[in-house]
Amino acid sequence: MKNNFSLLIIITFLIFCFVIFYKGLNNSNTYAPKVKNIKSIPVFDAKDFNSSAYLNSQKIFGEDTFYIVNIWASWCVPCRKEHPLLMKLSKNQSIRLIGLNYRDNFDNAKKFINEFGNPYSQILIDNDGTLSVEFGAYGVPESFIIDKNKKILKKIIGPINEEIVEEIKLLIK
Amino acid sequence: MLANQIGYYSLILGFLFSFLLCGISIKDFNRSGNQISQNILSISFLQLVFVIVSFFSLVLSFINSDFSNETVFNNSHTTKPLFYKISGTWGNHEGSLLLWLLVLTLFIFLFLIKSREQPKKYRILTLLFQQVIIIGFFLFVLMTSNPFNYLFPIPTEGLGLNPILQDPALAIHPPILYLGYVGTSIIFSSSLAAVTQNYVSKEWGRHIKKWVLVSWVFLTIGIMLGSIWAYYELGWGGFWFWDPVENISLMPWLTLTALLHCIIVLERRAVLTSWVVILSITTFTLSMCGTFLVRSGILNSVHTFANDPTRGIFILIFLFILIFLSLGVFFLFHKEDNKSKNNFFWLSRETSILINNWFMMYFLSVVLIGTVYPIFLDIISSEKISVGTPFYVKLIVPFLIPLLLFMSLGPRLKWIKSKIENKNSLIITFMISVMLSFFIIKNLTTDLLFYTALVSAAFFLFFTTVKELFIKKFNNAAQSVAHFGFSLLILSILFNSILSSEIITNIKIGEKYIYSKGEIFFKKTEERKESNFNSIIGYFEIKDENEKTVELKPEIRIYNQPVIITSEADIKTTLLEDKFLVMNFVKGDEYFNIRYQVKPFMIWIWISVLLLSFGGLMSLFKKYEK
Amino acid sequence: MKILKIFIIVFLFTGFSYLKSDEKNDELKNKILKNIRCLICQGQSVYDSESDFASTIKLIVDRKIKEGQQEELIYDFLKEKYGDWIIYDPELNKNTYILWLLPLLLFLLGGAIIYKTIKKNNNEK
Repeated sequence: MKNNFSLLIIITFLIFCFVIFYKGLNNSNTYAPKVKNIKSIPVFDAKDFNSSAYLNSQKIFGEDTFYIVNIWASWCVPCRKEHPLLMKLSKNQSIRLIGLNYRDNFDNAKKFINEFGNPYSQILIDNDGTLSVEFGAYGVPESFIIDKNKKILKKIIGPINEEIVEEIKLLIK
Repeated sequence: MLANQIGYYSLILGFLFSFLLCGISIKDFNRSGNQISQNILSISFLQLVFVIVSFFSLVLSFINSDFSNETVFNNSHTTKPLFYKISGTWGNHEGSLLLWLLVLTLFIFLFLIKSREQPKKYRILTLLFQQVIIIGFFLFVLMTSNPFNYLFPIPTEGLGLNPILQDPALAIHPPILYLGYVGTSIIFSSSLAAVTQNYVSKEWGRHIKKWVLVSWVFLTIGIMLGSIWAYYELGWGGFWFWDPVENISLMPWLTLTALLHCIIVLERRAVLTSWVVILSITTFTLSMCGTFLVRSGILNSVHTFANDPTRGIFILIFLFILIFLSLGVFFLFHKEDNKSKNNFFWLSRETSILINNWFMMYFLSVVLIGTVYPIFLDIISSEKISVGTPFYVKLIVPFLIPLLLFMSLGPRLKWIKSKIENKNSLIITFMISVMLSFFIIKNLTTDLLFYTALVSAAFFLFFTTVKELFIKKFNNAAQSVAHFGFSLLILSILFNSILSSEIITNIKIGEKYIYSKGEIFFKKTEERKESNFNSIIGYFEIKDENEKTVELKPEIRIYNQPVIITSEADIKTTLLEDKFLVMNFVKGDEYFNIRYQVKPFMIWIWISVLLLSFGGLMSLFKKYEK
Repeated sequence: MKILKIFIIVFLFTGFSYLKSDEKNDELKNKILKNIRCLICQGQSVYDSESDFASTIKLIVDRKIKEGQQEELIYDFLKEKYGDWIIYDPELNKNTYILWLLPLLLFLLGGAIIYKTIKKNNNEK
């Protein structure tokens, strides 16, 4: 009968909605979508912090090794928290750290490096933030782990902590 | 502290009284006679009193900054001004649920008092269905959202109330909105009761119309207050963002508007009865659904409450219980309309009301789908998309054109069967509208055809309703006023959107910024200390092309608890336009970033919504013509 | 009827207004910026926000417009970096067919229902 049929459709639809909403509740609601597709690093030219020369990304990421791109700035407070961990990571032979100096004043950045140490094999200048956008970054601090095939394995928003350091050590095996 | 105890036990008593009420009502159901037992009235009143006592205990705890109460601790601070301590009571999840209970119990009590001439069994069933909702909310509060949790040791200071919530409009926005939003519960309960009693008739229509109007007026004003708050407080000069929480208040409004129009049919002819019941159920369901979406953490928005999935699961289950209950009642008890009485003619007022419903349901589907689709997509395929303003504008605005035209013609039709009278005057009015719109739009924007069509339709409604008001001598004034208000709303929004201009620039003290239509002079800054914030006030002198100067003083406020920096816009309002100026820090600079907007006809947007509600009020207080 | 004819002729013979190309660029830029979500803000568009992220995006969009890049391509660039949800206007693709078409289908369905209802009740005489 027509009435029963429409009732059945309505009930099925409602159960469907219920299931969707129920599952939706159990999903964590971060505002960062998971990196679904493993992307390659972008192609770009950037100014080197120390030499002021323009380098191409192919040259910067030239070696057959793991890279960590770390976005930092002298005015960024959480960056100071993660800096000692970056220093530790830089001692690891299988990783190269590339620093992206984000929207910063050159002298302040230099002071920061002199005071807290330089974990980076190379520092790139990103005065207007456009380089960080090439990586799909939201701001600072942020780090990207890059494998030997130049693919971005993981994006870390916020300062690195001990847990993440362990994760990184596992990833680079 | 004592207030805490009293509040909590009062809540428990109110909860227990639900069962008492259900028991007495069921017993009274089969008793002979056509008046319900006095006990039922007294006990519902007592239940209301318990909820009121509980609510005021919480208010008292807020006023006294009693931080032994967890809710007060989480949401208040000793330095808050008294007014915002009080409004902080309902500015949080637990307190707002008390407000839900307050409105639920208040409305059922008022319903019982105001329905003495109604059939007894219908009244009892309405009470029973409403108690299902009330019990559900009591359980929700007592099990997951107790406003009277004890904290020990007692903190000396609270965590504070978010400063952007400390605004007069936002303080009264929830109570007014809830009176509308939660008030739809009584429509839900009484429709279900009417269905079981086969009482969906003209008499019922006349009786329930008052309640639909009351909900509708409060909901309209409640939504307007939210928009006003957003405009004055959020600092971007907008008043509607198609944010999920805004959409959630709009959806019941759309169905309630459709329901209102159907009731107007129902009070004259016993037709569309199934549809009326479906709309009543849908309206309250949407309210509940909205509550779920906002409080469960499933949606991200500027103004969701704190995320808590356990609460979400509770509401979700409760919501679906209500849906299945109402479906069950509907399909079991509903009887089809008496077919022989159904005579619909193409050109009739009934048809135009059907068309109104058609458009309201369409708008509802746009807003509903736009709001929940991202959730469905995310769960099913893990893709995250945004559904923002462009979606809603593209799907809704074009349909306003036929809607406005139908609104102009519909009320002119008579019931059952009609022809359009005064065709010539209508055509002339129409042509005047088109020409007027054309010459205005021509000078303003490139999208000539579309805007001309839209503005013409709005002007057409505008002129026809004005004519109705003045020429037909108040013979249906409520409807004309409301429709007139709607036409004014569309016109104000349109012209405001086309004519608004904005300048964004960085400026430092003493500097003068010159632009095509005038200049902005940044005179000085001053500092000011209040009880819970420090602020920097910028003094700006703005000269327009007519050499008229206006002074605007936007502020940047640094609140103390929690530490938040907000920008307070300064807005100068006149009937013609609003001048809006907001100021922000620029990092590491002596410069300030300012946004100066000139927004024509802004105040007419609020005036037209008030007119719209006023039309509803007029209908509420109209003496019924026989 | 005559009035109507004159009316239509006048209507068709009107000019169009032109905007200078600079203003057009600005209009386009603002239109695009209002359509981009500021990802670190709560519910603000890039146009409305003064945050670092928003400022950077504004710069990038500005550059791309000056280079002459089309609106669609600018959106594609941002979507590639940040995902579809950075753009407020959901584009019509395989993910969003239902989103855009379902309301319209429902509208047609509603119209059909009304038509049938009136027709059915009209013939019963």
